[in-house]
Amino acid sequence: MSVHANEAPQGEAPGWLWSAGVVAFAVVWWLVYGQLIAVSEWIVAVLPVDRHSHTGEALAFFFYDVPKVMMLLTLIVFAMGVVRSFFSPERTRALLAGKREGVGNVMAAGLGVLTPFCSCSAVPLFIGLVSAGVPLGVTFSFLISAPMVNEVAVVLLFGLVGWKVAVTYAALGLIIAIFAGWVIGRLHLEGWLQDWVRDIHSGASAPGAVEGARLTLVDRYKLGIEAVREIFGRIWMWIILGIGMGALIHGYVPEDLMVRIMGADQWWSVPAAVAMGIPMYTNAAGVIPIVEALLGKGAALGTVLAFMMSVIALSLPEMIILRQVLTLRLIGVFVGVVGIGILTVGFIFNILF
Amino acid sequence: MEIKVLGPGCAKCKATVDLIDTVARETGADVQLTKIESMREIVGFGVMSTPGVVIGGKVVHVGSVPSRDQVKTWLK
Repeated sequence: MSVHANEAPQGEAPGWLWSAGVVAFAVVWWLVYGQLIAVSEWIVAVLPVDRHSHTGEALAFFFYDVPKVMMLLTLIVFAMGVVRSFFSPERTRALLAGKREGVGNVMAAGLGVLTPFCSCSAVPLFIGLVSAGVPLGVTFSFLISAPMVNEVAVVLLFGLVGWKVAVTYAALGLIIAIFAGWVIGRLHLEGWLQDWVRDIHSGASAPGAVEGARLTLVDRYKLGIEAVREIFGRIWMWIILGIGMGALIHGYVPEDLMVRIMGADQWWSVPAAVAMGIPMYTNAAGVIPIVEALLGKGAALGTVLAFMMSVIALSLPEMIILRQVLTLRLIGVFVGVVGIGILTVGFIFNILF
Repeated sequence: MEIKVLGPGCAKCKATVDLIDTVARETGADVQLTKIESMREIVGFGVMSTPGVVIGGKVVHVGSVPSRDQVKTWLK
């Protein structure tokens, strides 16, 4: 968005026409979505493979899941793009400044989901929040929830695994963000920030009035379309690769292999999954199709969720970026607290389900 | 005209620099384009999301690659 006021350009389609277009698109979307299974079965039937062979299974999985995931993503990413146009980092900062810990942690975790976020701006955002007097723990709640509870992860879980797991993932992601941030706040680690950040922090003052960008409805729709374009440009290859991997596991990996390695009976499987997830760097799009296939082959839900959360929330590249503002000790605490949260979730799930 | 692009070297920041460069060459505007990658300096402008564009010491855009039309308006 621009700080300049946006004046509507001449000769542009009016808002109602855009809205009508969006509704028409949603209707077509719904009709096409209902036909996906039939189409994927038809494609496999046309190909010269036996539907019930390993290859047939893998292909049917692939041709159904790729279009399904792409369609779900288009719809939700567009909707989130429009919703996010109502939130900006500056607005979030104004909302969080001066909030006490506790309430602040809950708000920060929620705003983490709604505020536009990209890990490349994690540092300016971190400093922006801290310098406005947002407590360190509250800032961490934001930084944990923003990447972990993102629409791509939730949509993919919904599309590939089911709505219950998707809702559980989102809820637990928020809970971990709230508690981990709260714990970090309780530890009073402001002294473990890098020196230059600490100087900004101690001189913190309330931010000035937020200059709200005036956006028209059409601008918001355009931002939604832009979000779809941007996300697809970034992740389409991951989706195809990930679902391809998932299809291979689906078709070829023996049923009981994953039960032995990632089943609920092995207590060490959850910590192992978390440890494996840290150095792995892929986004939600790449990891979730694998998650689906692992679940299908008997891996325990808690173990798989822990693996996924660890891959997304504890990524090595993001820690390297944060190294500019946090000391190694503070990064260690961050990884420790979030890691313990993820472990707890993994164990609870394996016991309950 | 002095234009600074703030960004730690992500893809969008590079796209912003390229876009301003292209538009400047097309319109023949006299532009000194600098890229600012140091976090301290970026933060010093009070910017919370990158890429940011600074013209004459004033932040005019944050958080996305600006549109071609916006860049043209700036270069006028």
